[in-house]
Amino acid sequence: MRTVTVVGASLAGLSAARALRAEGFDGRLVVIGAEQHLPYDRPPLSKEFLTGKADESQLALSDDEERAELDAEWLLGVRATGLDARGRTVVLADGRTVASDGVVIATGARARPLPGPWLRGVHTLRTLDDARELRDRLTEGRHRIVVVGGGFIGAETASSCAALGHDVTVVEAATLPLMPQLGRDMAEFCAGLHQRGGVRLVCGTGVAGLRDDGTGDGGAVTGVALADGRVLPADLVVVGIGAVPETGWLSGSTLAVDDGVLCDDGGVTALPQVVAVGDVARIGGVRHEHWTSATQQPVVAARNLLAGRTVEHLGGTPYFWSDQYGARIQFAGRRHGGETVRIAEGSPEEGSFLALYEDESGTTAALAVDRPRPFMRVRRGLRMG
Amino acid sequence: MIPVCRLEDLPAGEAVRLDLTPPVAVFNADGELYAIDDTCSHQDASLSEGWLEGCQVECPLHAASFDLRTGMPTCLPARRPVRTHQVSVVEGMVYVHTTADVFAQVPADAVAHAAADAYARTAVEEGSAA
Repeated sequence: MRTVTVVGASLAGLSAARALRAEGFDGRLVVIGAEQHLPYDRPPLSKEFLTGKADESQLALSDDEERAELDAEWLLGVRATGLDARGRTVVLADGRTVASDGVVIATGARARPLPGPWLRGVHTLRTLDDARELRDRLTEGRHRIVVVGGGFIGAETASSCAALGHDVTVVEAATLPLMPQLGRDMAEFCAGLHQRGGVRLVCGTGVAGLRDDGTGDGGAVTGVALADGRVLPADLVVVGIGAVPETGWLSGSTLAVDDGVLCDDGGVTALPQVVAVGDVARIGGVRHEHWTSATQQPVVAARNLLAGRTVEHLGGTPYFWSDQYGARIQFAGRRHGGETVRIAEGSPEEGSFLALYEDESGTTAALAVDRPRPFMRVRRGLRMG
Repeated sequence: MIPVCRLEDLPAGEAVRLDLTPPVAVFNADGELYAIDDTCSHQDASLSEGWLEGCQVECPLHAASFDLRTGMPTCLPARRPVRTHQVSVVEGMVYVHTTADVFAQVPADAVAHAAADAYARTAVEEGSAA
């Protein structure tokens, strides 16, 4: 292979560039990024960055030395808009094309917006630019904030806003946030964290629409109307209702897309010289939006890309963490829903514990709150299989 | 010289965190005592709560790994070393002698090299293990 193009310049794209070089690829390496920024770390955006504990320099995922060594061409601030049917030509928004012998799809996902007209004061939190805008707003006075969505991004954002002294309400359409991910017991514990942080949690009702100041499109948000008829006054709304994989640019290609780019369990698409990694990839039927997955998948996918076929498969144990209201939540494993949850150490009452999800086959997953050491032991056990 | 604890209170495989500025972690790696800065050079996590294996400690948050002898990262996502500190035992008491800057002479690209190589290896071993 003479030219490999990595489409996407965030964690998965950077990890792919690193992996290709580590595997000995010494040809032309092109990295395309829709954002104008060099690779940066997203998890701190809703946490340390929002509260002002970390600045932008601390978000950098690479430095000048590493980039010199990677010897890649960085085409930043330009979106890929197409991939030809053979998967050989990447088309860019400015009309340029990049002829490629291999392509790594790492375009990630974008924040899912609320339907309706655009209003001032309504934010999503996915990119550095999103976080800059929101952070600027949070530093001007005290706001009444409604966070739509009680998932991890919503909870972390609510926690950061509360820590900055704002009045915060979280709205969750389901009866409890995080039920599908964590199961009822642990979801209940996480719901309790909001209260501990002085944040109201409204569950079991969706959002019917946003209220504005009457000036229509481009006006300012004044409240959130709920499906049950209530209206929550708000001058700032943060929408955290999930992410949509960035696959639109592949519509002219022959690749199959179904909530992510479909790949085998080695990250390889129907075209052997095209692989997909990170949030955009549905690998072996599963799409993970996890930081750790975005660092591990590219190692295997790069190897398969250079081999021209699937010679390695992804295994490993899904892992994610969340920092909210002063608690560090860590989760690892694959929960199928039939497990019972056993508190192995500590207790939810004291706010620090290790919970194991167990079925007849043993431990399938583990969740820890402020128990990093025992969690690590269990996580390694899960990893070893 | 900062007193840490009695030697018998730091058995093999254990670590203790000193609430200094910045915090320091002291490890008993199979009988050898090491001290390094406690905060992972990648992001805010306590290395004293990490996984100790031989002379390496793995960060509990993102699995960056450090050599306790040198403070050098042995895999990504950490790219910068942590400081190491001298440890001594006097009459059964463990002491740490904190150092100002012991790694200034290490070229940064050597770190990046070692980290990238080791990262590619460990990630794949982990990936194919299950």
